[in-house]
Amino acid sequence: MTKLSKFLFSTGALAASAVAMAGPAFADEAPAPVLNTGDTAWMLTSTALVLLMTIPGLALFYGGMVRKKNVLGTLMHSFAITCLVTVIWAVVGFSLAFSKGDSDYIGNLDQFMLNAIGVADLWAPLNIPTSVFMIFQMTFAIITPALITGAFAERMKFSALLWFTGLWSIIVYAPVCFWVWGGGFLGGAGVLDFAGGTVVHINSGIAGLVAAIIIGKRKGYGVENLAPHNVTLTLIGGSMLWVGWFGFNAGSAGAANGAAGMAMVVTQIATAGAALSWMLVEWMTHRKPTVLGIVSGAVAGLVAITPAAGFVTPGGALLIGIVAGIVCFWGAAWLKPKFRYDDALDVFAVHGLGGITGALLTGVFAAEAIGGKVGVLEGNIAQLGLQIEGVLVTLIWSGVCTAILLFLIDKTIGLRVESDAESEGLDINQHGEMVH
Amino acid sequence: MKLITAIIKPAKLDEVREALLKCGVQGLTASEVSGFGRQKGHTEIYRGAEYAISFVPKTKVEVAVSDAQVSGVIDAIRAAAATGNIGDGKIFVTELGHAVRIRTGETGDDAL
Repeated sequence: MTKLSKFLFSTGALAASAVAMAGPAFADEAPAPVLNTGDTAWMLTSTALVLLMTIPGLALFYGGMVRKKNVLGTLMHSFAITCLVTVIWAVVGFSLAFSKGDSDYIGNLDQFMLNAIGVADLWAPLNIPTSVFMIFQMTFAIITPALITGAFAERMKFSALLWFTGLWSIIVYAPVCFWVWGGGFLGGAGVLDFAGGTVVHINSGIAGLVAAIIIGKRKGYGVENLAPHNVTLTLIGGSMLWVGWFGFNAGSAGAANGAAGMAMVVTQIATAGAALSWMLVEWMTHRKPTVLGIVSGAVAGLVAITPAAGFVTPGGALLIGIVAGIVCFWGAAWLKPKFRYDDALDVFAVHGLGGITGALLTGVFAAEAIGGKVGVLEGNIAQLGLQIEGVLVTLIWSGVCTAILLFLIDKTIGLRVESDAESEGLDINQHGEMVH
Repeated sequence: MKLITAIIKPAKLDEVREALLKCGVQGLTASEVSGFGRQKGHTEIYRGAEYAISFVPKTKVEVAVSDAQVSGVIDAIRAAAATGNIGDGKIFVTELGHAVRIRTGETGDDAL
């Protein structure tokens, strides 16, 4: 969310001319923030909800989709990344993403080790403590690299995973977050991303696609049975993602207000629409309405409504959800087999394509009456161009940096476990444990 | 004595148990197994990807009976386990050389 839109939501002033105004200049004119206890309580709650999305939500969602020999290794990915990125975010990540200096491309190091955060500091233009804003954003920084792990599931060395996701959070996540939300050039230009469709989902989705291609297919892909070992875990995890996403989207209003309420409403509606559309398309094309399908559709809908949550009407949200369910199913069931890349848990299909669908349709369906932003349907065709710019910049930066990072790690410590270890499973081989 | 081993659909276990009790069988052993016959497994679909699952979950029922009971037990299992569809399973009969009841030391038909 841009500073501009934060200001609009926190004050309720939905100025028609807002589109033309530059964020930082406008923010300078904002009144000094005053601590709002209701807003603060909601943001503390939202922070806990978004953390729940990664542990145990995403861990279980992915953990159920792998084979039994890789369950613990997969759960470990999300849990270890939660710990690693927490430390990185505290040391440099938050500063690089949100400490605006002279550059429009990266934050400065004024917030190194969170040194500059005082107990009483408030995060303008919101009316919440800086500490709360920082840790709310930390939970976004955590889930983004954790999402990527689905692409290279069941075959990456754990040491390589730590190096990759740690460096990725500094080199890819922090800058993109800065560009869109921290005062950088994309948010400044007017690219709309309410809760992280670009920053979180397109960013992780394209990184997943690149990673899946570079690390290569799983042993036995297309020959052996690679079916999920426990879709029950996936449904539990997917449901936790859904509930946690209320913190993600409604929390991105930055306040306990009508914008948060409407964000929650459109999130629920888009998610249901996408779950049903995925289920129906799969039912028509593959004969059965599957549990994995409806849960995957729900996540696709959550992803797609993320950039739009503060800007579209319930009707727009329903259409975004329905389209996302179909597009993401197409990505998983047609695009992936067609090009034969082994994006094991469909990170690109669900987060990449879902994020792009949401980012573009935000530009189409943005309704002035909801978030003060005007989309194509209300005559502002330029917004779609801005959305495309945001998508392309993220695809290129994340894709190229991911490729370079993985190449360097492969040449130094190696990306992939040995062939025998892969057959044996990551659980016993990498972690010395078995699930049961 | 004979050992009768029946591979049946898991959902049919309770009906087979009832039928066996009615024809005088005192006990049986059931285990979860997987395998395939002419049915050649089944297909599972995950996000549009179809996997041929060659080992289908089945239940194996083992029951030791006296020679006189054999045909009655086979008929009872067939009647209870049949659906008429592919995958109903098989019944195998093997010679049983010896049997001992652990608690009392009884042997042969007395141990069954």
